Amino acid sequence: MNFRPLVAAVVAVMALYAMLAAVAELPPYGAPDNPTFNQLAERYIGKALEETGVLNMVTSIILDYRAYDTMFETVVLFTAALAVMVVLRTDKGMGG
Amino acid sequence: MKIRDLILKRITTLVLPFIQVYGFYIIFHGQISPGGSFAGGIIVALGYIAYATAFGVDEGRAVVPEKVTTYAESYGTLWYALLGLVGIAKGVPFLANKLAGIDVGVPGTISSGGLIALLSIGIGIKVASTMVSLFFTMLEEEV
Repeated sequence: MNFRPLVAAVVAVMALYAMLAAVAELPPYGAPDNPTFNQLAERYIGKALEETGVLNMVTSIILDYRAYDTMFETVVLFTAALAVMVVLRTDKGMGG
Repeated sequence: MKIRDLILKRITTLVLPFIQVYGFYIIFHGQISPGGSFAGGIIVALGYIAYATAFGVDEGRAVVPEKVTTYAESYGTLWYALLGLVGIAKGVPFLANKLAGIDVGVPGTISSGGLIALLSIGIGIKVASTMVSLFFTMLEEEV
């Protein structure tokens, strides 16, 4: 007898239950005491000008608070260009 | 790529300086106004791409040789990482800006933000060279 459909159904129901339980635990949308409205956003909004001297708050986040992240975004760009070159590149113009 | 249209060439020649100046303006004013290095780099790259589209790949390659994009591609990230080492040299975390004792200047001026302006230039060059090299690689593909 083939148990695979039964096992798959049980696993799917369990996964569905886990996800629905997680959704039921979510805080209400837009409530002011949600965990997303923590001191981090207040810190950025209140202190960005003082701490980075930059008027554009987006720039102050991506190039100062999250500068490490941006550095590896440039690595992602490098990898993308490298991958395209590896796939599409022919020897033409490279001198061998 | 064989687009040899007189109107297209003329208009491209007229518009290209404005595109390039605007792109560099966006890069250099990332700390004051909306925009920044990613958007500005893409605008600069689109200027080159417009030129190469109107005048053909070979003439486009003559303006931006392969060596230029290769070096920009490689040294953009290195420039960024070297600027990050300033923090380590001062004994504070990697890529620290004000923490490393760098003067962040008067907000609203182009020299404000300490390292941010220099990092922007690196990322702008990097993004522009990535776009240009992807464009030329895809065009020169031999199918």
